[in-house]
Amino acid sequence: MTASLPPYESPVPGSAREAAGLPDPVTPRYIAHQGGPENPSVAALRERFGVAVLRSHVMWGDTTVFVDPKAVHDVIRFLRDDTAHAYNYLVDITAVEYRDTDQPLEVVWHVRSLPWQRFLRIKVELAAGSALEVASVTDLYAAADWLERECYDMFGITFNGHPDLRRILMWDTYNEGHPLRKDFPLRGRFSRAEQLSQALKIDTSGGYSTTELSIAEAFNDLPEDMKQRLRAARAVDPAALALPEDGR
Amino acid sequence: MSKRTIEMAVGTAGIDAYGQPIRAPLSVRSQGALALEAPYEPELESDHMLINIGPQHPATHGVLRLVLELDGETVVRCVPHIGYLHCGFEKIGEYRQYNQIIPWTDREDYLNSIGNNVAFVLGAERLFGIEITPRCTVLRVIAMELSRIMSHLVWMGTTCIDIGAFTPFLWLYQERENLYNLLEGWVGARLTTTATRVGGMAAEIPDGWMDGLNAFIRNFPKTLNESDKMLSKNGIWMGRTVGIGALTAEEAINCGMSGAMLRASGVAYDVRKDFPYLDYETYDFDVAVGTSGDVYDRYLVRVEEMRQSIRILEQAVQRLPDGPLNVDDPRVILPPKTKATSQMESMIHHFKLVMEGPRPPIGEVYVPVESPKGEKGYYLVSDGTSKPVRWRIRPPAFVNLSAIPRMVEGHLLSDVIAINASIDIVMGEIDR
Amino acid sequence: MGLITTVNDSSATPLRVPAPSGDASQDSWVTSRLDFLVNWARSSSMWPMPFGTACCAIEFMATAASRYDLARFGMERLSFSPRQADVLICAGRVPFKLAPVLRRIYQQMPQPKWVISMGACASTGGMFDNYAVVQGIDTIIPVDVYVPGCPPRPEALMYAIMMLHKKVQTERMSDKSLRREIEPDTESLLYIPPSTIDELSEPFGNSVHQTRSAP
Repeated sequence: MTASLPPYESPVPGSAREAAGLPDPVTPRYIAHQGGPENPSVAALRERFGVAVLRSHVMWGDTTVFVDPKAVHDVIRFLRDDTAHAYNYLVDITAVEYRDTDQPLEVVWHVRSLPWQRFLRIKVELAAGSALEVASVTDLYAAADWLERECYDMFGITFNGHPDLRRILMWDTYNEGHPLRKDFPLRGRFSRAEQLSQALKIDTSGGYSTTELSIAEAFNDLPEDMKQRLRAARAVDPAALALPEDGR
Repeated sequence: MSKRTIEMAVGTAGIDAYGQPIRAPLSVRSQGALALEAPYEPELESDHMLINIGPQHPATHGVLRLVLELDGETVVRCVPHIGYLHCGFEKIGEYRQYNQIIPWTDREDYLNSIGNNVAFVLGAERLFGIEITPRCTVLRVIAMELSRIMSHLVWMGTTCIDIGAFTPFLWLYQERENLYNLLEGWVGARLTTTATRVGGMAAEIPDGWMDGLNAFIRNFPKTLNESDKMLSKNGIWMGRTVGIGALTAEEAINCGMSGAMLRASGVAYDVRKDFPYLDYETYDFDVAVGTSGDVYDRYLVRVEEMRQSIRILEQAVQRLPDGPLNVDDPRVILPPKTKATSQMESMIHHFKLVMEGPRPPIGEVYVPVESPKGEKGYYLVSDGTSKPVRWRIRPPAFVNLSAIPRMVEGHLLSDVIAINASIDIVMGEIDR
Repeated sequence: MGLITTVNDSSATPLRVPAPSGDASQDSWVTSRLDFLVNWARSSSMWPMPFGTACCAIEFMATAASRYDLARFGMERLSFSPRQADVLICAGRVPFKLAPVLRRIYQQMPQPKWVISMGACASTGGMFDNYAVVQGIDTIIPVDVYVPGCPPRPEALMYAIMMLHKKVQTERMSDKSLRREIEPDTESLLYIPPSTIDELSEPFGNSVHQTRSAP
């Protein structure tokens, strides 16, 4: 949660749009399915990043720009910090997996410029079978923290550089997979009885994360059986959740 | 340096299913520090305490769990845990047709169910390329503003209880019951309304409904003013809220705040003004903006929002036009029931729409609306089949809650309750 | 599944079928009068422990608020601590992540205790037939009254409370088996193994159609 704040003069939404003499926003009507005025930031991105901006299109009035997975952090940083664009508001981070599993999995960033009252969708395609990794934008937007954790939990996408990437909606030891992937059945991989017995095994009293135990520097003070329980509960991924022996 | 830790588990130690006592140490002490042989010197400033609130706690408004590190009574660190109400909404949406998803939107932010219905169909209609009728537009505005008032009423009532005032809860719930009666007259349900359909509404308003709405518009400000009078200048209320949990405008924007949380910090961002929908730009209303971004300003902003909602409702009642409610588009709108039971073509049409569902073209939309919690948007991706590939809810309360460590750290434990209440969390929406 | 059940049985019957226990005529006039008094006291002021998670909790709040006024049943004192509660009102859906919490809270309640399962989600999983939601809290804790509805109206909840009152009023102190918590007896003829329950809860009819993602 140590995102650097962008240069930001006036907290009045629409100030830059008014200064540029553009009309007030109105309810959009009769939007074309495809085509229409493109968000001017895309042209600036092409100029700045060249081939890293793969392609763009306008669908139902919103501009989508596809960028190279390696360049996405730089692209978002440029969009946020350049005062000519000032995309200072991160709306959402999510992912889309298509039913046709040969299609690449898409990571989607919705960013918004409050001064310009513009909206832009940035997409990164991760080819089927490749490692699901993109750069984290938590250093740019504090809002990205939980959104990236949720994306990791639900899709298994690793956000490199996220300070605390662990499951957020499912519990830490959930081992059925990532629920929103298309190969995950609607009712889960295990039978209902197995799901329930696994869920009931979660120890509510020992259910502190290692971070929390290190808060109070309490791990070494716990009784031996509780230590064992915690170790066993986190034995699924020892690398990610290694218990500090000194409790720090 | 002596460290004393007190662990309070979800509950205290109990008996498990086999009659064995469950071990949960209430007090753990570090090596030798408190041992009898060692000279005991209390170092109060270094004593940190681990406090666990939730997941079942009356002041967490649902099943939120907060783990707090306390120095004395001051919060040093806060680790929120969510997901205790994760019900797989987004997964199940991939297995349902567009009209079948609407009942799920009721149950996701259940204080604002009819507003979610409208928000979802706005997204779906853009995906289908449908323009709704003028009468439907105005009725949806009425629905959204009623829903905003309903949600704020629960927020205000429960926040009063959290901070120690019980009476406003009873007054405000009385008004909410009046709103329940209105909704029940319209769509037949009190809470889970499912009031909209892609291309229109589920039902036309019944005869005399507008009289009920007008009576509400007349009477509600009285109740609101009474509660306002009781709270806004109340010494206890101000002592608990002024200067608590403040965020600057830059921080609030960077944290992705929206709704009253962002406006209390001085940013006049309102989706109704900045990215209008349902012709909101033609209504005359003001956006309430705070100055200090603390709990008290959030309270003032929400109270003012209810007043502005009444203003919008007054205008909407004035301009409600006659005319058809649903669009004339056989792709999405069912034939009249009398025709479906008497004419073969209409029956086949009805059958195909219900069983196969309408199919939008390939595409994706994100349509934000101003929900009572903030900017709520439904991101729908279609691959040309009758069920969406992805139904993503942009949850405002989820993003607002993610900033709670930033807000509570440095405040007292009792302020955590006030700050948590000011976020207006609904776990159904946060965990989905 | 580790189900705990509270049954009214006399375990001496060969089939271990729960049977109506005892015979009222064996009780003396004094104990039956005393039962009446105790049950009257218990049913007239049940302190509810509202385990509210979702939409049903809002309707529970409406029931407790001014128009419906739970105080008429002596229930206005909401006991948010399970230690001081008599009846657990589980209002709302219970996902698997919450299951151990609910069970723990039930275990923390002192006897005598009762459970009302409010709403379709708590009773059966409701419309959430997916990977995340417990399909009925009776797979975790025993339930006395199920309230249908999504969410139930306040009147429905009050009817459930009155049904629970009737149930309480028929209890007798001489019934030794009343509050015995037992593990499911795998030897009993009534025992259904979890695998069979899984099989029985497979989708059928139109819901098969609904668990396919694309047409």
